[in-house]
Amino acid sequence: MQQVFSIPNSMKKDFKYTFCPGCDHGIAVRLVAELIDEMGLKEKTICSTSIGCSVFLYDFLDVDCIEAPHGRACASATGVKRANPDKFVFTYQGDGDFASIGLAESMHTALRGEKVAAICINNTTYGMTGGQMGPTTIMGQITTTSPAGRNVDYNGYPIKIAEHIALCDGTAFSARVALDTVPHINEAKKALKKAFQVQLDGLGFGFVEILSSCPTNWHMSPEDAHKRVREEMMPVFPLGVFKDITAEVK
Amino acid sequence: MGKIVIDNNRCKSCYLCTMTCPKGLIKKSAKTNRLGDYMVEFDDKKEECIGCAMCAKRCPDMAIEVYR
Repeated sequence: MQQVFSIPNSMKKDFKYTFCPGCDHGIAVRLVAELIDEMGLKEKTICSTSIGCSVFLYDFLDVDCIEAPHGRACASATGVKRANPDKFVFTYQGDGDFASIGLAESMHTALRGEKVAAICINNTTYGMTGGQMGPTTIMGQITTTSPAGRNVDYNGYPIKIAEHIALCDGTAFSARVALDTVPHINEAKKALKKAFQVQLDGLGFGFVEILSSCPTNWHMSPEDAHKRVREEMMPVFPLGVFKDITAEVK
Repeated sequence: MGKIVIDNNRCKSCYLCTMTCPKGLIKKSAKTNRLGDYMVEFDDKKEECIGCAMCAKRCPDMAIEVYR
């Protein structure tokens, strides 16, 4: 009997995830680690991490990491990549970090067409600080700072990050994926691989938005939380590839 | 024929694997872990497991090893 599934080599030895039970961050980190292994990038990877639950990445992933101020992971990644053009640089951020606090940095990194990859985990809330309303909180969603549900008059609309990044001319690849079922997890891995590949090919900014669950702050069981991703989030944030310049060339 | 090994030190009892296994071979156990959560157990008396690794791909905590 042969082992067909094991922990990727790029994970730190004896790491233990500190994420909540049922949190999709664990899967996203695993997909990144698997791709780093498969693409042979471990020795040349530098990760720019964020603030939020996503920051724990550097406790688990056995690659070099730089800690950026809140929201500025893309700006730090720009500096790292420009100083070390032969390195593979990616950011791993949450939606509050990428699309609210760091929206200017993120957007302009895409507009400049920096050769970095960015991963944004969208769970429609600020997870680490206790479930406040984030930029992607969907209409009617109850959070600690919108106890009556998000409403248009007072809070406005949620941001659709992948579409916005796709509109930037410097973007080479922009996609939205989910982690609620195994087929979607497989698709997510393909999208991440593409986003990593456009950087290695020097084509431009690669971006993947990952719809994730947050069972703790949504006050749901992991099963119900994944159901919510399917039934409530996907109609607002449709899955798909919004820009892929490698497809246009063909 | 396949087999899985569940690492109970990593498992956080989210039970996503029990819903993912196409053959329903992973079940909630009567035993509890240190925190008092019911653990999961692999119950494959008829040797139905084909080692598809869907449980392992679904597991957020990489608690499942798959052999085939």
